Amino acid sequence: MNQAIASPSYNEDVVKKFVIAAAFWGIVGFLVGVVIAFQLAYPVLNLDLEWTSFGRLRPVHTSAVIFAFGGNILIGSSLYIVQRTSRVTLFGGPALANMVFWGYQIFIVMAALGYVLGVTQGKEYAEPEWYVDLWLTVIWVMYLVVFAGTLITRKESHIYVANWFFLAFIITVAMLHLGNNVALPVSWFGAKSYIAWAGVRDAMTQWWYGHNAVGFFLTAGFLGMMYYYIPKQAERPVYSYRLSVIHFWAITFLYIWAGPHHLHYTALPDWAQTLGMTFSIMLWMPSWGGMINGIMTLSGAWDKLRTDPVLRFLVTSVGFYGMSTFEGPLMSIKVVNSLSHYTDWTIGHVHSGALGWNALVSFGALYFLVPKLWNRERLYSLRLVNLHFWFATLGIVLYITAMWISGIMQGLMWRTYDTLGFLQYSFIETVEAMHPYYVIRALGGVLFLIGALIMVYNLWMTAKGKTRNEAPIALAPSASSAGN
Amino acid sequence: MAEIEKDAVSGRDTTGHEWDGIKELNTPLPRWWLYTFYVSIIWSIGYWVVYPAWPTLSDYTKGVIGYSSRGELASELEARDKSRTVWTDKFAALPIEDISKDSELLNYAMAGGRAIFAENCAPCHGASGSGIGSYPVLADDDWIWGGAVGDIYTTVNYGIRSTHNDTRLGEMPNFADEGMLGKEQVSDVAEYVLSLSGGASDNASAGRGAEIFATECASCHGENGEGVPSMGAPRLSDGIWLYGKTKQNIVSQISTPKHGVMPAWVDRLDDVSIKQVSVYVHSLGGGQ
Repeated sequence: MNQAIASPSYNEDVVKKFVIAAAFWGIVGFLVGVVIAFQLAYPVLNLDLEWTSFGRLRPVHTSAVIFAFGGNILIGSSLYIVQRTSRVTLFGGPALANMVFWGYQIFIVMAALGYVLGVTQGKEYAEPEWYVDLWLTVIWVMYLVVFAGTLITRKESHIYVANWFFLAFIITVAMLHLGNNVALPVSWFGAKSYIAWAGVRDAMTQWWYGHNAVGFFLTAGFLGMMYYYIPKQAERPVYSYRLSVIHFWAITFLYIWAGPHHLHYTALPDWAQTLGMTFSIMLWMPSWGGMINGIMTLSGAWDKLRTDPVLRFLVTSVGFYGMSTFEGPLMSIKVVNSLSHYTDWTIGHVHSGALGWNALVSFGALYFLVPKLWNRERLYSLRLVNLHFWFATLGIVLYITAMWISGIMQGLMWRTYDTLGFLQYSFIETVEAMHPYYVIRALGGVLFLIGALIMVYNLWMTAKGKTRNEAPIALAPSASSAGN
Repeated sequence: MAEIEKDAVSGRDTTGHEWDGIKELNTPLPRWWLYTFYVSIIWSIGYWVVYPAWPTLSDYTKGVIGYSSRGELASELEARDKSRTVWTDKFAALPIEDISKDSELLNYAMAGGRAIFAENCAPCHGASGSGIGSYPVLADDDWIWGGAVGDIYTTVNYGIRSTHNDTRLGEMPNFADEGMLGKEQVSDVAEYVLSLSGGASDNASAGRGAEIFATECASCHGENGEGVPSMGAPRLSDGIWLYGKTKQNIVSQISTPKHGVMPAWVDRLDDVSIKQVSVYVHSLGGGQ
């Protein structure tokens, strides 16, 4: 019925820009990640230069993958999806949307330059100094105006579920950003500032921010993407509207409490640690609500997983999402945390979420968007998508298993006593024992990067309007003869 | 709402809306999901009753078992100290020289000393005292400040050129800069020093160096370069070099000597720990 109504001319130009930026920053972020992974295995690669040392490149990696790669695909997707599910073009016109795009890229460049030059607040995932924070605040408000304005002027009577998640993401990130970056610059023209919060209050504010950056940027925002791309690509209705309502509000309410689980067994008062842990446990099912809705949307279309590697990316990402959101509550339990905290288990956990969930769903989104935005009938090559899928998946598996082993091993070594009650291992012995796993982790990263390069080539050729002469991905003979 | 559209594949009701071709089913919440969610909430409420949980205006709910993580740590440390008193009392009572006479105490000191060494000493002296660069090897028979267990105990306590008042203090003079020796003489004496461990290549030069050595160096390093531990003057005749074995290294150590620093541990570790680590270090190489 809706198809009969003439569709308004959507602003796809700005979405194209976000898509290109996402692909570009993705490669940058993965590459820096591979470099710092090798630095950890072979410290000589720090090159004895301050600008290339691990401490400065690490935030370049984390910000590039989360805010540059993730942020661009997320904002781009939200602007694409809100137009189509509201049947109006972007509020504020092309100029405002373009200001959001270019302003966001300037934010990324300013932040990264600061890191390399040693300008940092020293707050994880909130490293940029006050002038970058102010800049981002302005850009973010413009983004909110564009997005919310589009929603308000929508021509659909109801707001689609994806947009609930996007709106929660935009508003909560704004709140987190402001709360965690209350700082006083030391001088008018200097980069240095000091945070208003002191001591454990600062730590608590930081992890309220840090955890909810995961919760609302990497979870809520990306769930918004999932809620559009999976039903579109599978051509099936969303599994359960009711589940989407309940798990949306449960996530929104519960996530914001879970931050203290980053500060178990610290100066943080016990009661706050308890709340952080119990709310993390209660968050388990609401998180899984998104996974259920994503995977079960394929009911009646499971066979497509065999022939559509783009759908495979999307659905596998939801699988990793489910795994990470089980592992997270598990690690928030204090006794588990006493083993896992400060070890590579945490790094493995973060990457099973970041590589498995965020990156795979983003790859799916890019494969979905590029042919549509550039008006191509299909991707250049589905076989290359398939190849990318296996490179990425194998890379993730190497990465997270290496980190599980090295993390749990180190945690156990730290608490091993000899028969007389003395510590069995020194710190440096644990570092030595982790070396092989650091190498494996770096190789996993290389595979993941190669996969992403294959994707960029594929998308480039698609945008150019080329199609690769290749046999279609057919059902395996046995499966097809079984006759679905 | 009589004519809600049904999904043809699953037979379930849709919600009747459509966005950009996407519809939604009105599937009820999965039972297992809902019940697991309830259980996690009930479990959390139970946890709040037992443990400290909710802030109040001026305090917080303490929980019925009176748990606090500080209290837990304190009682664990207390239990540890208590279980060790049977040992630590003996260590405290005995002079350092007598510890290794008791094989049980020696055994305990070795275990404790190893752990203490790994955390505190290994960063400079290497795992098992293997030495790193110009931080001395502790696993050989060459002791700058003496290798008897009492000497080691003193060194660990007060350090070398440390900030402690009782630090061990010894300084190699700056022979070239202070004009005591000319360039040629430094070269000759370096050649002689090398000859003590059979490494000289110019016998004439070494011969000239011997005379200089006797007047300038022997007072600290001994007539035959055998070293004087009480002054921290290293033995020069054993082929073990702290700052390098080439002639160039030796020349530079005579002209512009390096002086390593070891911190005093007396204010950082308790006496029992220092005794243990001294016994451990003593055992690493040929303790004297």
